[in-house]
Amino acid sequence: MLDALLLSAGYNAAVAMIGATLLGIAAGPVGVFMLLRRRALLADAASHATLPGVVLAFLASLWLTGEGRSLPILLLGAGGAAALGVLSVQALQAHSRLSNSTSIAVVLSAGFGLGVMGLSYVQTLPIAGQAGLDQFLVGQTAGMRLSDAYLIAGVAGVLVLTVAAFFKELRLISFDPDFAAAAGWPVQRLDLLANGLLLATVVVGLTSVGLILIVAMLIIPAVTARLWTQKLDRMALLAAILGGVSAYTGAAASAAFHHLPTGATIVLAAGVLFALSLPFAPLSRPRRAPQVLEPPA
Amino acid sequence: MNPFLAIDLPALLIAIAASIACALPGSLLVLRGQALMGDALSHMVLPGIVVAFLATGKISSGPMLLGALAAGLIGAGLIALVRRAAKLEPSAAMGLVFTIMFALGVVLLETEAARKVDLDLNHALYGHLEAALWLEPAIWSDLLTPAIWLTAPRPLLMLVPVALVLGLLLVLTFKELRIASFDPDYATLQGFRPRLIDFALTAATTLAAVAAFEAVGSILVIALLTCPAAVARLCTDRLATHITLSVVFATVIALVGYNSAAALETSGSGTMAAVGGLAVGLAVIVRRLRLHARPPAAGPGTGPDSAVQPLRPGSV
Repeated sequence: MLDALLLSAGYNAAVAMIGATLLGIAAGPVGVFMLLRRRALLADAASHATLPGVVLAFLASLWLTGEGRSLPILLLGAGGAAALGVLSVQALQAHSRLSNSTSIAVVLSAGFGLGVMGLSYVQTLPIAGQAGLDQFLVGQTAGMRLSDAYLIAGVAGVLVLTVAAFFKELRLISFDPDFAAAAGWPVQRLDLLANGLLLATVVVGLTSVGLILIVAMLIIPAVTARLWTQKLDRMALLAAILGGVSAYTGAAASAAFHHLPTGATIVLAAGVLFALSLPFAPLSRPRRAPQVLEPPA
Repeated sequence: MNPFLAIDLPALLIAIAASIACALPGSLLVLRGQALMGDALSHMVLPGIVVAFLATGKISSGPMLLGALAAGLIGAGLIALVRRAAKLEPSAAMGLVFTIMFALGVVLLETEAARKVDLDLNHALYGHLEAALWLEPAIWSDLLTPAIWLTAPRPLLMLVPVALVLGLLLVLTFKELRIASFDPDYATLQGFRPRLIDFALTAATTLAAVAAFEAVGSILVIALLTCPAAVARLCTDRLATHITLSVVFATVIALVGYNSAAALETSGSGTMAAVGGLAVGLAVIVRRLRLHARPPAAGPGTGPDSAVQPLRPGSV
């Protein structure tokens, strides 16, 4: 465990851990904005809906290149399917009287079901390499290829930089979209950017946290940070730190005990940080008046 | 050996029983806008089920039900606690608690002891509908002897009583549920306790989810809880019809799903979930077409869908 924590459990494992940590850092602030916009479980529907996309991309790349497990193609498929999942939830809500909650549950389970159908089909194919698809469910960084680890770390790094660069704009549309629109900000495009960041976090997180638990990395660090501060910039920074620390320790634990799925250990680490914060954090005392996030004056 | 009796019949019966057992609490969850509570509960039972396996060393129904029930109720309590303590909206509190509990279940599953119980992660994630074998009935007429049903595969022996109990409870408390679901204020005045109904619905959902666990795992059960009820919700405004239709659609989805899976040679539980989603999509389209066929009530943009009235006690 100590070896893993000190990044000396092998070069590939170290790069994979750095990738997971960067993802955790990006997921923290993206999650803060997601919570502000009350879209917590929309991300859950999107992440479960990635599975059929992953399977289709696997089959497509098998057909095109003769090799199925090409991570960039798999992630592209996942991204497309996740976007389709979000659009389906929005369509169900716009065109039927089903509640938000029902729409999310239908898309989540039907998307995952389609993916499981696809997985069972792929497993009957007389080829090698399909075993790796399972790791997208609960994440597994151990044994990751070096080129894949670089890709994950690179995209996660870009995510972190994008959140930092557009912080002011994201804050504006999260608190007061009407004001932002009146002040001449391109609100629709910024909304698209926020959703794009959410989907990108989900997709990049598939390899390390897995599609079932990735929503936890968006929710838990953000909620924990909110226990400690009400200022949005501090909250986002703290969420990034908490996300990074959970991902780092979780990935180290999974690297040390090879059979443990990385997603589960990362989420448990985030859960421990939340549980430790709850009794001590200043904003979680029940005697205080209810805390409502206010836009900065 | 008759291959249909030994392989297809038990799997088909389990699929139908699981679908109906889940549709009963699911119909109320969907009506009350609590479908995601079903999502949360189906994830949260996992650590309870795994602990029961670890404690008994084998897969057995009683401890599994108890463990899952305990985990479900603890999880529901934690969600309420976190909501209050961290002042969170319900969906964020749910997402926080159920992912942590599910992660705990996954880690417990991967311990050495759990590996000996012959329970793996894939099984927990999407079940194993096709694993059910029933060798006792040799010919069709064997099914007429009551005693042979006691030799049915374990998931069926758990699902049928659970479905019957849930159905009976629903019938017995129908009047109370109707009032509590549509007019909570009046219900409180009449001395009902809404907390008690929430608690009962949580327990009922947990029971259905754990009974269906072996057949469909802990994630696809969300499809069984939600899809039949969502289709029914698009068809009717009457509570009794809604529940009846949920059960009917649950049966149809199980039948179509299982047979499609057999034809396509894909996972039974996955195909049932996909068919459930397809059914919701079809229901949305049919409803739109029917509404458009009628002359609009008042001007464009105010079709019945956009101005749907909440269910009132009088309309039920």
